Amino acid sequence: MKTLVVVDHNNNKLEKSTLNTIKAAIQLENVDLLVLSDSCKDICNELINIKNINNIFINENDAFKNQLAEDSANFIAENFKDYANILFSNTSNGKNIAPRLAGLIDTMIIPDVIEIVDKQTFKRPIYAGNAIATCKSKNKINIITIRATAFEEAEIGNDNVGKIKEIGNLNVNNLSKYLDSELTKSERPELTSADIVVSGGRGLGSAENFQILEKLADKLGAAMGASRAAVDAGYVPNDWQVGQTGKIVAPNLYIAVGISGAIQHLAGMKDSKVIIGINKDEEAPIFSISDYGLAEDLFKAVPEMESKIN
Amino acid sequence: MKILVPVKRVVDYNVKVRVKKDETDVELDNVKMSMNPFDEIAVEEALRLKEKGIASEIIAVSIGLPEVQETIRNALAMGADSGIFVNCTSKLEPLSVAKILTSICNKIKPDLVIMGKQAIDDDMNATGQMLSAMLNWGQATFASKLEIQDKKIKVGREIDGGIENIEVNLPAIVTTDLRLNEPRYASLPNIMKAKRKPIDEMKVEDLNIDIEPRLEILKVEEPKSREAGIMVKSVDEMIEKLKNEAKVI
Repeated sequence: MKTLVVVDHNNNKLEKSTLNTIKAAIQLENVDLLVLSDSCKDICNELINIKNINNIFINENDAFKNQLAEDSANFIAENFKDYANILFSNTSNGKNIAPRLAGLIDTMIIPDVIEIVDKQTFKRPIYAGNAIATCKSKNKINIITIRATAFEEAEIGNDNVGKIKEIGNLNVNNLSKYLDSELTKSERPELTSADIVVSGGRGLGSAENFQILEKLADKLGAAMGASRAAVDAGYVPNDWQVGQTGKIVAPNLYIAVGISGAIQHLAGMKDSKVIIGINKDEEAPIFSISDYGLAEDLFKAVPEMESKIN
Repeated sequence: MKILVPVKRVVDYNVKVRVKKDETDVELDNVKMSMNPFDEIAVEEALRLKEKGIASEIIAVSIGLPEVQETIRNALAMGADSGIFVNCTSKLEPLSVAKILTSICNKIKPDLVIMGKQAIDDDMNATGQMLSAMLNWGQATFASKLEIQDKKIKVGREIDGGIENIEVNLPAIVTTDLRLNEPRYASLPNIMKAKRKPIDEMKVEDLNIDIEPRLEILKVEEPKSREAGIMVKSVDEMIEKLKNEAKVI
């Protein structure tokens, strides 16, 4: 029985959640890694010292630069037929590729796993995290995506150096083509791996008003997040969205400002270590899960907080 | 151009779901049901393509108990032309849904399938990708922008770091993300008109598809609850707590 982890990356750097996915995979057995990229070297350097892995399989092909689901899914389906488990991080790449792979090999995907109970039994959130389902798999091959915040990171050591091996040949697909991307440029830490997240909701009232939160975030070295309501209102870009339909975060400190605390938002941040809520409505549901709540006008409280933190 | 839009009947977005006492499922009795919000976005996008003169026919499909015909009627009231109701009494997983949709696509041959990226009940985010794999069509998931050019579709996709633009040959599958559009409300005259639009009925048994679930649900439980903390009186007290009690700044 072998387990494969499909490594998520941006061709230069490892996507950090891969480390959590590897940690989850180690609970299954015999872990190999797969890197598909136009340039695997830098990524392999980050992987080579991870403990408890066997092989690192690579395939270098210009087509993999853009990580189209059609290419990746076909390649994995062709080359890893003897694996019992194939794991992905539940990132936009994982969510794009893993179900396509499952469709190709007639297996039911097990997405967004938060706990591995045993080798065929997994827990996953449903209804925006309002319930947790325990599923027993009857699949011959389990295709799983892992929620990074639910697992620790794999340990780095040098006692067990994985071997790098080239594998397979890609027949490039003619169904879809990558054009370009518009990536959000930011000096701030990445939202899903930041220690501190400052998030704003509809209470901010406008895109301009988000600047007062950004000042606080920069003072704290925090990432910026937002509720779906703020994204829907067009105040901030969608990739700031925290919640069941956005990103799932679990920082050490989550600062929710002008966020009422809709179920769908709480689903994305309730595993944070410390949560603080700032909202002028003292009945706001956000206070029911906040460690520290402050019922005050955010336009007064946030600048004051920013000026008093050193 | 013919567009197929699969729609799912789910617990309404605003309902706070509760786990059943016997921990077999969530409470579904006497709960308000609606069309999955991402599917509404899919219907809306299909309608906009028809209004631009690009699409000629929009077919809404739903699979399940007779009640799902209400969801098809909603799509018809928004402006879809006709419906397909697949009568099925068993609980279905995305894998089975994708197989049923594959069979329908092979029959009615749409040029484009637009569907929600995920249903807000089981949060699987899988059916569209599985359907593309089974049909061997290209996929454009998490779409926030869509443009048809000749025999291709250009799609802006919501990815973790921003937007990615791809081009997919038709026929293709598109799954919708939140910012693609804002769905319209059905007007009263259109709701009346929808009652006369045709819904074609078929039985899942007649499709000869294996719909046996691959995942057995052993238990559905409440998530670990988080205890409410304390209310502080001032910013100073907040900073003091964060520094000295929680030790996070």
